[in-house]
Amino acid sequence: MPQVSMTVNGKPASGEVEGRTLLSTFLRETLGMTGTHVGCDTSQCGACVVHVNGDAVKSCTMFALEAEGADVATIEGQAAADGTLNAIQAAFQEHHGLQCGFCTPGMVMSAAALLKENPKPSEAEVRKYLSGNLCRCTGYHNIVKAIMAASGQDVGAIAAE
Amino acid sequence: MPADGGIGAATPRREDVRFLTGAGNYTDDINMRGQAYVAFLRSDVAHGKLKKVDTGAAAAMPGVIRIFTGEDFEGVGGIPCGWQVTDRHGEPMQEPPQPVLAQGKVRHIGDRIAAVVAESLEQARNAAEAIVVEIEDLPAVVDMKKALEPDATKVHDDLKNNLCYDWVFGSDDAAIEGAFSKAAHVTTLELVNQRLVANPMEPRVAIGDYASHSDESTLYTTSQNPHMIRLLMGAFVLGIPEHKLRVVAPDVGGGFGTKIFHYAEEAFCTFAAKALHRPVKWTSSRSEAFISDAQGRDHVTKIELALDAENNFIGLRTDTLANMGAYLMTVAPAVPTYLHGTLMAGCYRTPAVQVNVRAVFTNTVPVDAYRGAGRPEATYQLERLIDKAARELGADPIALRRQNFVTEFPYTTPVAVQYDTGNYHGTMDVLEKIADIAGFEKRRKDSEARGKLRGFGINCYIEACGLAPSHLVGQLGGRAGFYESATVRVNATGGLVVMTGSHSHGQGHETSFPQVVADMLGIDPSMIELVHGDTSKIPMGMGTYGSRSLSVGGSAIYRATEKIIAKAKKIAAHLMEASEADVELKDGQFSVAGTDKSVAWGDVTLAAYVPHNYPLEDIEPGLEETAFYDPSNFTYPAGAYACEVEVDPDTGKVEIMSFAAADDFGNIINPMIVDGQVHGGIGQGIGQALLENCVYDETGQLLSASFMDYAMPRADDVPFYAVDHSSQTPCTHNPLGVKGCGEAGAIGSPPAVVNAVVDALQSGGHKVDHIDMPVSPARVWAAMNNA
Ligand code: FES
Ligand code: FES
Repeated sequence: MPQVSMTVNGKPASGEVEGRTLLSTFLRETLGMTGTHVGCDTSQCGACVVHVNGDAVKSCTMFALEAEGADVATIEGQAAADGTLNAIQAAFQEHHGLQCGFCTPGMVMSAAALLKENPKPSEAEVRKYLSGNLCRCTGYHNIVKAIMAASGQDVGAIAAE
Repeated sequence: MPADGGIGAATPRREDVRFLTGAGNYTDDINMRGQAYVAFLRSDVAHGKLKKVDTGAAAAMPGVIRIFTGEDFEGVGGIPCGWQVTDRHGEPMQEPPQPVLAQGKVRHIGDRIAAVVAESLEQARNAAEAIVVEIEDLPAVVDMKKALEPDATKVHDDLKNNLCYDWVFGSDDAAIEGAFSKAAHVTTLELVNQRLVANPMEPRVAIGDYASHSDESTLYTTSQNPHMIRLLMGAFVLGIPEHKLRVVAPDVGGGFGTKIFHYAEEAFCTFAAKALHRPVKWTSSRSEAFISDAQGRDHVTKIELALDAENNFIGLRTDTLANMGAYLMTVAPAVPTYLHGTLMAGCYRTPAVQVNVRAVFTNTVPVDAYRGAGRPEATYQLERLIDKAARELGADPIALRRQNFVTEFPYTTPVAVQYDTGNYHGTMDVLEKIADIAGFEKRRKDSEARGKLRGFGINCYIEACGLAPSHLVGQLGGRAGFYESATVRVNATGGLVVMTGSHSHGQGHETSFPQVVADMLGIDPSMIELVHGDTSKIPMGMGTYGSRSLSVGGSAIYRATEKIIAKAKKIAAHLMEASEADVELKDGQFSVAGTDKSVAWGDVTLAAYVPHNYPLEDIEPGLEETAFYDPSNFTYPAGAYACEVEVDPDTGKVEIMSFAAADDFGNIINPMIVDGQVHGGIGQGIGQALLENCVYDETGQLLSASFMDYAMPRADDVPFYAVDHSSQTPCTHNPLGVKGCGEAGAIGSPPAVVNAVVDALQSGGHKVDHIDMPVSPARVWAAMNNA
C-alpha cells in the first residue's frame, strides 16, 4: 500500500493508505484524530471540514494521497498548547453555538476560513458561507451569532441569548 | 435571583470545551483492540420473498470472518415493541415479529438480509456485495389508504390485514354528534403531516464486546437511553441477564427521538461479539441511516371543528391514518395515540373531543417518535383548522383563540389529561409584544411595495411532557416504568458525583443538573460532576425523550439531594451538639439557628467518611443517596408562536422574515440552554414546514435517500428567532416546578409557518385555504395558479 506523509497541526504525520482512502478516514482511523467527524457520504454536511494549505476542505471529499506534503489543520490544533480556546471556539462557548457538538469541528473550521477571507461578515454572509455545514441541533441562531461575535461585532442586539 | 452558577444562571456549558477541541468521545471514536467490522446487506426492494441467500463465494473473500443470515437468528428473540395499544373493540393491536436478520421475507428498503463480519470495513463491504440473493418481488404496499383495502397485499402474512389498530379516544359518540348537530358553523380540513427523517448529524454506531472469562457482554451505542436498551435487548432479544450486560452511550451526536429505540444492529453486534469472541463494530453511513433509522410523523388526517353562533368551540372530531412502516419500533404505537390524541384539545375548552386513529403497516422504513412525537401532529391539525375557521367566520385568528382559551386550572380535557397550570393569555400577551403585531400592516405594505406578499401566522401549542406517571402509562399499554433515578455520591473532601439515568446528547445536562444541586447545597457547581450514559455506573435509568430529563430526571436528583441534606444535617447536629431540627444549611455552611455555631460542608462530608466523632448508633457512615422519582402527572408546557413570511408571487418561494416564540416552561434552570433548545426546535419545525419530505415511490423505493434529495434546513433558510420564556406558571407537582423545553420549538413552529403562507396568499387575493407541507415553491406556485 502506498505511503502518505503530511503535516497535521504542525507535526509530521504519515501512514499507509489505499488509493481510495479518504483524508477523513486517514485522520480518524490511521492517525486516531477523531475530532474530525463524518456525518454523511455525499459531501453535504461539513462535519469533516479541515484546512489543507490554508483552505477549508471537506476531508471526506479528498483522498489522503492528494494531501501528500500538505499542511493540514484540524480542530485538535485550534486551541493554544495550554488549552486556551481560540477566539472562535471561545465565542461558540460563550454564545452557546453548539449542543451535541457533532457539527462543531466543521463549523469552527469553516468559521475560521470565513473570517480569514472576510473579517467582518454580515449575518447574511455568515449564513451563506455556512450553507455547506449542517447542524441539526441549534437552528443556527447561536452559531451565526458566535461567528459574528468572534469577528468582533456587537451581537448584543440580536434577539434572545 | 440567580445564585452564582445556581438555578436561573446562564452558565456556559462545561461540556463545550471537549467538543470545541475535538476531544469528544462519540461511539465511532471508540476502537477496541482486535475489533472486526460489520457490513449489512440490505434489501433493495420494498417487499419480496427471500428465495436464496448464497454466502458461499462471499465467505471465501479476503478478510471475511463470518457471514450471518436469518438462519443464525432462529430461536433468538425479535426486536420488541414497548407499547401495546388496545383498539376500539378492546382487542390488542396486531403485533408482528421483527427478526434481527430477515427470515423468509424482506419488508422495506433497507431491511437486513445478511451481515458480514470482516477484518476491515472495506473487506466487509466487498463481501456483502458478493452475497448472491434471489428475491421474488411482491407488490409493495406504500399508500396507507390502499393498504387498508380488503384485497391489499399483506406486509405480514401472519396478520389478519395491514391494520395495526383502530383506536378511538375521548368523548363518546353521543356527545360528539350532539355538538355537531347543534353547531352554527363547522370547519373541516384534510391534511398530511409528511414523513420526516430525523437525521441527527451523528449516524448510529454499535460496538459489541464480549469477555469470555466473566461471560459479560458490553454494547457501546448511540442511544438516548442505555438502560432501556439493556432491558429490551437483554431480556427480549438475546436472553442476557442485566448483571452480565453493560450498555454504554458515550457522547451522542443528537438524537431527536430516533436514538430512543432498540435497533437490530445493536443486538447483532452484541450477538456476533459473543459468537466470535471479538469486538464487532458497525458504523452507519448516512445513506444507510436514511433506510434504517426509524422515521417520523406520516399522518393523514381529516379534522372537523364545530362552533356555536358566538364562535365558541363546541366539538372537535379527528380521523387519522398513521403509518407504522413495516415493523413496530419501541414506542411507535403510542405516538399517534397517547402522545397525540391526548393533546387534541390544545389550549381550548372544547367540551367534546373525539380522536380516531388507524395505524397501518406499509412496506416502508418503520416510523416512531421524532422530536415532539404525536404532539406536533396534533398541534398542526388543530391550529391550521382554527385559522381556517377564523377566515370562514371573518374572525381575528388571535381573538378567536383567546375567546376559547382554557383559563381555569386544573383543567381536565375530554381527552383524559389534566392540565395542572398555565396562562395562555399571558403567553399570547408576550407574543403580541415580541412579534410586534402592531407593526405588521406597515411591514406588509413595505413588502407589497417590493412586489412580495407578506403573511402573518400564529399558533398556540400545548404539549404533555415528562413521561410519565408509571401507573397511568401501565394502564395505557406501556410495558415499562417511566420514573427516573439518581444517585448522589458525596466524597470525603466535599466534592460530589451525581449519577443520572437521563442521557445528554446536546441538552447540556453536565452543566444544568449540577446547577440544581449547587443551588440546593450552596456550594460551587465546579464541585459537582455529572455521570450519565453507562449502565455500569448508574443504578437505573429510563433515559431522555419527551422533554423529560429535567422534570423527571432532575426531580430524582432533587430528591436524592434532599436525602443527602437530611443526613448531612444529622451529622452536623452531632458535630455542633445541637438538635437536628435547629440545623440550617446555607451557602455550604451548617449553622444552628440563633447561635454562632457552624460547621462547613467539608467538615460534615469528612466526618461521614472518617467517623471518629459521629453518631454511629443513629446513622451509618458514608454520604450517598439514591432516589427514584415517578411523576404524578405529565407537565404541560404551552406557548404562542408567530411567523412572518414573504412569498414571491412569481416563483412561489417562501422566505421566513421573522419568527417569535413565547413559551411557558415553568421555572428555568439555565436560560441560555433553554433558548438553545427552542432555537433548535424551531429550526427543525421550519425544516418540516418548508423543506423536508421523505418520499417513497409506489414501488416503495425511497426517493429522498441522501442529503442531496432530502432538504435539511441550512443556515440561510432560517432567521434569528425572538425567544421569550418570561411567562412562567411553575409546574405544580414536581419539586423544581419545571415543565420541559426540548420539543416545544418543533411542535409550535410548523403551523405558524403554514398559517403565515396561507395568510400571505390570501392577502394577494388567492383563495388558498391549505397547502400541505413542505410548502415548497412548486406547491405554493401551483396553489396560487390553480386557485
Ligand atoms: S462527512 Fe464530509 S461533508 Fe459530510
Ligand atoms: S450541535 Fe448538534 S449538529 Fe450542530
